[in-house]
Order: sequence, then structure tokens, then C-alpha cells
Amino acid sequence: MAAVAPGIAQLALALLLAPLLPGVVNKVKAAFAGRRGAPLLQAYYDIAKLLAKSAVYSRTAGWVFRAGPVVGLSAAVVALAALPWAGARALLAFDGDLILFAGLFGLARFFTIAAALDTGSSFEGMGASREAAFSALTEPALLLALAALARRSGSLSLSGILGGQGIGAAGGAAVLLAAGAVFVVLLAECSRMPVDDPTTHLELTMIHEVMVLDHGGVDLAFIEYGAAVKLWAFGGLAVSALLPGQGSRGAWVPDAALALAGMLCVGLLAGMVESVMARLRLSRVPQLLVAALAMSALALALVFVRQ
Amino acid sequence: MTLWVEGFLVALVLTNLWLLGSSRLFPCIAAVAVQGVLLGALPLVIRIDAPAWRLALQAGVSLGLKGIAFPLLLLRAARSLEVKREVEPFVGYPASLIAGIALLAASLALGARLPIPGALRPLLLVPAVFFTAFTGLFVIVGRKSAIMQVLGYLAMENGIAGFGMALAEREPLLVEMGTFLDAFVAVFVMGITIFHINREFDHIDSGRLSSLKD
Amino acid sequence: MLLAFVLLPAAAAAVSLLIRGHRLRRALLVSTAVVHAALVAWRAIDAGSFPAVGAAIALDAAGLLFLGVTSLLFLAVSTYAAGFLARETGATRTDVEEGFLFDNSPEALFTACLLAFLSAMSLVTLSAHLGVLWVAVEATTLLSAPLIHYHRHHRSLEATWKYLLVCSVGIAIALLGTYFLAAAGSVGGPASGSASGSAAGEGSPVGLTFPQLLTRARELDPRWLKAAFILLVVGYGTKMGLAPLHTWLPDAHSEAPSAVSALLSGALLNCAFLAVLRVHAICSAAGIGSFSRDVLLAFGLFSMAVAAVYVIGQPDFKRLLAYSSVENMGILAVGVGIGGLGDWGSLFHAVNHSLVKAALFLVAGNILAAYGTKRAAEVRGLAGRLPASGALWVAGFFAIAGAPPFGAFLSELAILRAAIEAGSWLLAAVYSILLLAVFVGMAAIVARMLGGAAASRQREPASQLAAPIALLAIAAGLGLYVPRFLDGALREAARLWGG
Repeated sequence: MAAVAPGIAQLALALLLAPLLPGVVNKVKAAFAGRRGAPLLQAYYDIAKLLAKSAVYSRTAGWVFRAGPVVGLSAAVVALAALPWAGARALLAFDGDLILFAGLFGLARFFTIAAALDTGSSFEGMGASREAAFSALTEPALLLALAALARRSGSLSLSGILGGQGIGAAGGAAVLLAAGAVFVVLLAECSRMPVDDPTTHLELTMIHEVMVLDHGGVDLAFIEYGAAVKLWAFGGLAVSALLPGQGSRGAWVPDAALALAGMLCVGLLAGMVESVMARLRLSRVPQLLVAALAMSALALALVFVRQ
Repeated sequence: MTLWVEGFLVALVLTNLWLLGSSRLFPCIAAVAVQGVLLGALPLVIRIDAPAWRLALQAGVSLGLKGIAFPLLLLRAARSLEVKREVEPFVGYPASLIAGIALLAASLALGARLPIPGALRPLLLVPAVFFTAFTGLFVIVGRKSAIMQVLGYLAMENGIAGFGMALAEREPLLVEMGTFLDAFVAVFVMGITIFHINREFDHIDSGRLSSLKD
Repeated sequence: MLLAFVLLPAAAAAVSLLIRGHRLRRALLVSTAVVHAALVAWRAIDAGSFPAVGAAIALDAAGLLFLGVTSLLFLAVSTYAAGFLARETGATRTDVEEGFLFDNSPEALFTACLLAFLSAMSLVTLSAHLGVLWVAVEATTLLSAPLIHYHRHHRSLEATWKYLLVCSVGIAIALLGTYFLAAAGSVGGPASGSASGSAAGEGSPVGLTFPQLLTRARELDPRWLKAAFILLVVGYGTKMGLAPLHTWLPDAHSEAPSAVSALLSGALLNCAFLAVLRVHAICSAAGIGSFSRDVLLAFGLFSMAVAAVYVIGQPDFKRLLAYSSVENMGILAVGVGIGGLGDWGSLFHAVNHSLVKAALFLVAGNILAAYGTKRAAEVRGLAGRLPASGALWVAGFFAIAGAPPFGAFLSELAILRAAIEAGSWLLAAVYSILLLAVFVGMAAIVARMLGGAAASRQREPASQLAAPIALLAIAAGLGLYVPRFLDGALREAARLWGG
């Protein structure tokens, strides 16, 4: 029991704190715009409000439409269970769990796309096709970055890879590049600028928002919460890769504090990028994603060169 | 390899990817300028055994020429040309980036094959300068705009000069300065020719310069 | 004193930019050429008054040979150019092919670039350090670009851009090759390190000066050296016009004024050949001579083949001459690739080709000026309209195709003999077939130009004829009798790479 206690504790903490991240991002955007913005806990209020409402289902939609949000949330939570944080071992740690991590998000994405197609609306279909196209570029970037980190640490489990040496030790440049690539993947997957604009509902500018346009009530609550968990998961991946982990400080609490600060930074950074950059033209998004792919390829190459 | 040196070389590789992936002219000029500055400072960072004044002179000339003079020349040329229409390259930008990754892999393989002369050279050095040279060649072949071709030539020269700097070989100072001068005059002459091309053709798309053929 | 070859034309170039009077400038051009040639002759007779300058500038047998050819050619071309400039300056011209009006470059710029071009080519022949060699070859590229762009229209601009880009890329590759060679000297090969007794890197680096490289060639790392050789052959081969790197050659030679084409084909290609030879010499001394010879042979045969393909049915007679240059550069490479007598044959052929090709280009310029077209199909009755030029054209064609009594016959025969002596019958057969193909292709075109109904006879000014006559006469003379000093020079130069 004691062995899994840190795992359970960090999972519980993550699930509790995840909706705080979108709040941080929005606060940063508001600060840049000179507004006060919505309260930090706005995401919690939204989720609570949505849980109380009921959804309307179209006659053309089938079971996939209802399954989409559920699968999305559960996949995100299980992936979070595999992610170590603040140097502690994850709940679901085993060799190869980094593939599980990427695969679970792939599963979630598949169901979101399928649910969007299930509505029979061409609007959602457009968003689904865009999402599918861009994820074809983000997946290799993520996997190569994970491969680079795995090769560097010599372990095949996320719990062994992250929370190890961090950026200080040799091969720091590779870690920085991999973390950068993961950050760009975060922007793409969690539908942040400059890839996608989370605040508009115009056909020209949406990818993710358009897929969830028809969901309501509990489904929408699951989607929003799942998005927050996904943001926490990717952010946690980047932060844990960069920070030195357990063993460097001893007790878990200072590590956790540092990791929390790291997550805050991720939120800050995402907010800053959203405030400073305009959304890219859709034909330019592949350029950005291939650049992320190039960065993770370079990280992998760097790791190989030092062997 | 210390973090400094590694960071330096990684930055060099990143400038190449930056050059390959940018569609607008100014980021490309900036990328090549940064390359020039990095390469000028390279001997100082990897601590080549040569008198300090010489290294400083090299770095200074490289910074002045490649970091300041060339970008200014090219920016002035670009502005005077009023290049408005973006010239679609032969190889698209995402494809260029992927090709860049392939070139990087090739440079790494090549760097592993050729034993580096002199002791204690960073492992990433030879692949990084090769990659720069390959990137330059790729840009010359893959881009249609004449200014982009000049930038590709500059990147290629950067890579090759970087390789020269990486060697412990002490060339006569005159030869090194002669190499710099040649690069300068080359860019100058190319700039003048581009000016003439624009005046004559109203475009600088070298893909459309095809009236001479057999 | 050796630097006078470089500094004199450079100074003249600077002065010519300042001179206002056209006639004075043309006189300066010709007189500089005369003084330069005189200096070369003096050096040929008395080597002692021209000591080497440091380790980087020295004149050995091969360098002197090519310097002599360059100087002689420049002298001939400068007389032609003076007449040419007198005709061209000031007037707005009508383009011969498309009929639009165009301007010419300012004459001062043209003359200055021409003289600076001579200076750069002299520096190539004087280089004893591979770095200086590189700087000089790059300088020739940059200085000849404005010369190609003399007629200011879109075709010459396109040719200039292609020339600049292709040759600059090639020369950049040659720079990488030079650095590889330096690396080969730093790493240490089979014989290095013995003096200091420890592993690679402990001995002093070999450096890039030519004499040092030759004597310490065994110390060069063979892997780096081979890679260096490939890069240097590709790089300098671009400048030399070896296929498939020759793509700039036809355009540049056909769009440039004839005087410039003569210099490019006659002098510049030779200088690039000298650079290739120097590297080959290093490889021979290092013991990988068979590798370098094979590479040169491959490039040479490919060049001859490509030239043959494009010569047959070539509509433009200036491009015809350009492709003939490609073929002859191929012959030079094949000669060196065979070795033995082929080395001597190559060098002799270089001399012959320069003389004849320059004369041919100058005559082509006469034809162009008279007929107003570059298409061979539209040139008829050459014998009647321009009898002197017509005769020179035919003579030049025979010379370049390797017919006796011209010198090219001897040189091409020497290379053929070398191939047979080496026992490569297939090579000899292929070589002969390609030579024959080019001969037939050129013959068809030249013959058609000569015959046909003639318009009235046109006046041919002496300045247009003097240079080609002189050059062809020398070429014919060489075919009948190779003077002892030339033969000795050729042998001594060939000895540099074990020939």
C-alpha cells in the first residue's frame, strides 16, 4: 500500500487541480489584455453547472456520440495514472507505458472524431478532418520526443524516464528540445493558440471547438474536464522531463512544490503564447508541427550522438 | 561536451531548420545572420589552440561580415526589389523540414564515418557544420527566388567555413581573409545581378529564367 | 617580382576605371597585355629574376606553361577587343535573335574587369598554396561575371546568373575539399607520427602548400584524401566544364561577347584544369594515383559523350563551340586519367585547344557581326561574303577536330597511343568513336555554313583578323614542329604527377 500511496496521491492531486490550469491560462490572457478576467476557479463553476444540466441528443446521433466524451475522459484519467509527477512513481508504471500514454490519447482522439462524425453535420466533420490531419504530425513528434527521453535515461517506463536527471545533467540540450517539442504538441493537442482558437466558434478558426459543438450537459462537463486533465498531463510530461526528481531533494513535498510551480509556468507560458501570437493560417500549421517533429528528431539524434 | 558547446551546436542546427521552414524572407535572412555569428564565435567556444588575437579577429570579421554586412546588403536588396508576391518553392516548406531531418541524419552518419582530426573535438561539431552546408545546398536547389538562392549559398559557405574553423589547421591569415573577402564580393556581385534581374524581368523567380536551353 | 604578374594588370584595371578617354583606355589594355606577355617571356628565359614570394606564391613548370598560354591568349584577345569595343561603344544595339534594343555595359567597367580577370588568372597559375589557389579561382568567377553581362539583355543576364550560381556552388564545394585535404594532413596516414613516435595528431600538420604536400604526401590520411579529391574534382571540375557540371558553359559562352568567350574557353578552363592537376599530383604522390586517375577518366569520358550528344544537330554555332570546349576538357581529363604519355598529351592538348578555340570564338564574333545571327542555318555563303573569316573558320574547325597539320592532331594521337600502350583497347575505341562523332557533327554544320549563295563581299577590318590568324598560325606551327623549350616544359610539368 505504501508503494502505491504516492501514485494515488499524485493522481488525486492532479484530478483535483487540473481545472485550475485553464483558469490560469485565461487569467494570463486577461492580464495581457488589461482585463481582470474570469475568476481562477471558473472552470470548476462551469463543470459544476454543466453537471446539473441535461443534454439534448439528436435523432441522427447514435451510441458513439454518447460514448465520445466518456471515453475521452476515462482515457485521459488513465493516462494521467501512468504519468509520474514530482519524482514519485506513477500508479500504472510498467515498461512501455509511454506507448500507453500516447495510445490512450490517440484512443480519446479517435472517439472524439468519431463522435463528431456521428452527428452527421458537415461542420463537425470539417473539424474532425482537421484534427485527424494535424494529429498525424503531432503523434510522431510526441513519440520521438519520448523516444529521445527514454534513450537518454535508459528506461522504457515513464516513471523511470521522468523525474530522473532533468536538464542539469549531460544531454540537457536534448531534454530542452524534447520538452519544447512536447510543448508545441501540447498547443496542438489541447487546441491552444497558435494552432486553434479556443474562444471562437467561427468555421475558419476552429478545430477542437467545432467537434464538441453539439454536446451538452454532462457530456460537455466530461469534455471540459477531460480537456483540463489532458492539459495537465502534457504539461506534467514537459515539466517532469525538465525538473530533476526525487533523490535530489529527499522528501516529496519540496519536489511537489517545485512541480506545482512548473505546472503554473506551463499555464503561464501557454497563456503568454496565446496572447502574443495570432492563430496561424491553417496551411501554416503543418509547418509548425513539422518544426516540432524536427526538434524531437534532433533531440533523438543528440541522444544517439553521445552514446 | 559541455552544455555550452552542445547548446552552441544545437543552436546552429536549429538555425538551419529555421531557414528551411520559413516562408518569409526576413526570418531566413535572420537565420543565416545568426549562423554567421555563431560560427564566428565557434573557435572561441571550442577553444581552438591558436593565439587569442587571431581568434578574436576571426570572430570579429565573421560577426561584422556575416552578422551585419550581409544581412544589411540582402535586406536592402529585398526592400529595393519590393518583393511582394511570395514565390512558391520547388520543395514545399513542410517537405523541406522533413528533408532537413533526413539531411541531419545523413550528416550524423557522415560525421561518424570521418574521424575528426585533432583531439577533443565535440562529437556534434562535424555533423553540425555538414548539416549547415547541406542545408545551404538544399535551399539553392529547392528555392526559386533568387535572394533565397543567395541565402542558400551563404549558408553553404557558413557550413564550409565552419568546417575550416573546426580544424586545428593554421592557415595563413591572408588566406582566411581572402576567403572572407571572396564571400563578400560574391554576395555583392550576386546582389547587383539580382537587382539587374528584377529590373529586366520584373521578378526574381529563377525558375522562370529558362529561355536559354538546348 | 613574381607578383608583378598579378599586380600589374590589377593596377591597370584600377587605372582604366579612372581614364575617361576610350582610345587611351584601349591603348592601356593592349599595352598591359604586351608588357605581361613580355614579362612571361623574360621569366621563361631567366627564372632567377623571379624568386618565389614566401611559401604561397611560386611558379613551377606547370604554372609557367599555363601562365604563358594565358598571357599569349590575352594579348591576342586584347587586340581583338580593342577593335570590338571601338565598334560597340556608344550605340544602342539591336538584338540579333529577338530584335529588341539593348545597351552595353560601360566600356570602362568592361576593360577593368578584363584586366582584373587577367590578374586573377595569373594568380591561379602562381599559387603554390591551395588556399591561395581557391581564392584566385573564386576571384576569376566573380570578375568574369560582369564580362558575360556586357550586352545588357535578359538572355545574358540569365546566363550570368546561372554562371554565378553554379560556379560559386562548385567553388564552395572545392573549398570544402581544400579543408578536407587540410584535415587529411592533420590526422596522419600511414607514415605520419613516426618522427614524434606517438598516435595521430602528434606530428606537425602537413599544411596546404603544394611542395610540402608533395613531399609529405605519404603522411596524408587516405580516407580524407579520397574524399577531398572527389570534392575538389567536382568543385574545380565545375569551373573546368566537366559534365555533368558543365551546365553553365553553353549559356555563358554563347551570350558573352566573343572576346570574352575566347578568354573563358581558352584561359579560364585551363586554369581550372591546372587546379585539378595539382590535386591529382598530390594523390599520385600519396599513392592513390590509380583512384584519382579513374575518377578523372570517368568524368572525361562522360564529358566527351555529353558533348557529342549536344554537338550533333546544334543550331547555334557559338553553343557548338562551347560544347566543343566541353569535349576538349573531357579529352584533357581522359589524357590525365590514362597517365604515362597521356599526361604529356593532355598538357599539349591544353595548349593547342586554347589557341584554336580562342581563334574560333574570335572568328565566330566576326561572323556574328556580319550576319547578325547566331543560328548556323542562317549563315550561308561564308566563303564568298567573308573569305578571310571563312577560311579561318574552316581552318579552326580542322584544328579543333584534330586534323593534321594542327597541333591538336598530335596531342589527341598521343592520348590515343597512351590508351593503347596501357592496353585498354575498349577505352581507345570509345575515345576514338566519340572524337569521330564530334568531328562529324561539327563538320556537317561548318560545311553548310561555308557553301551556298553568297552576298557581296564584306570588308573585314584587320583588328578582327590579326588575332585569329596569329593564334591559328601558332597552332599550325606546333603541329609541324614542337619547339624544344615547349617540349621540355611539357615534360617537366607532366613529371609533377609522375607522368
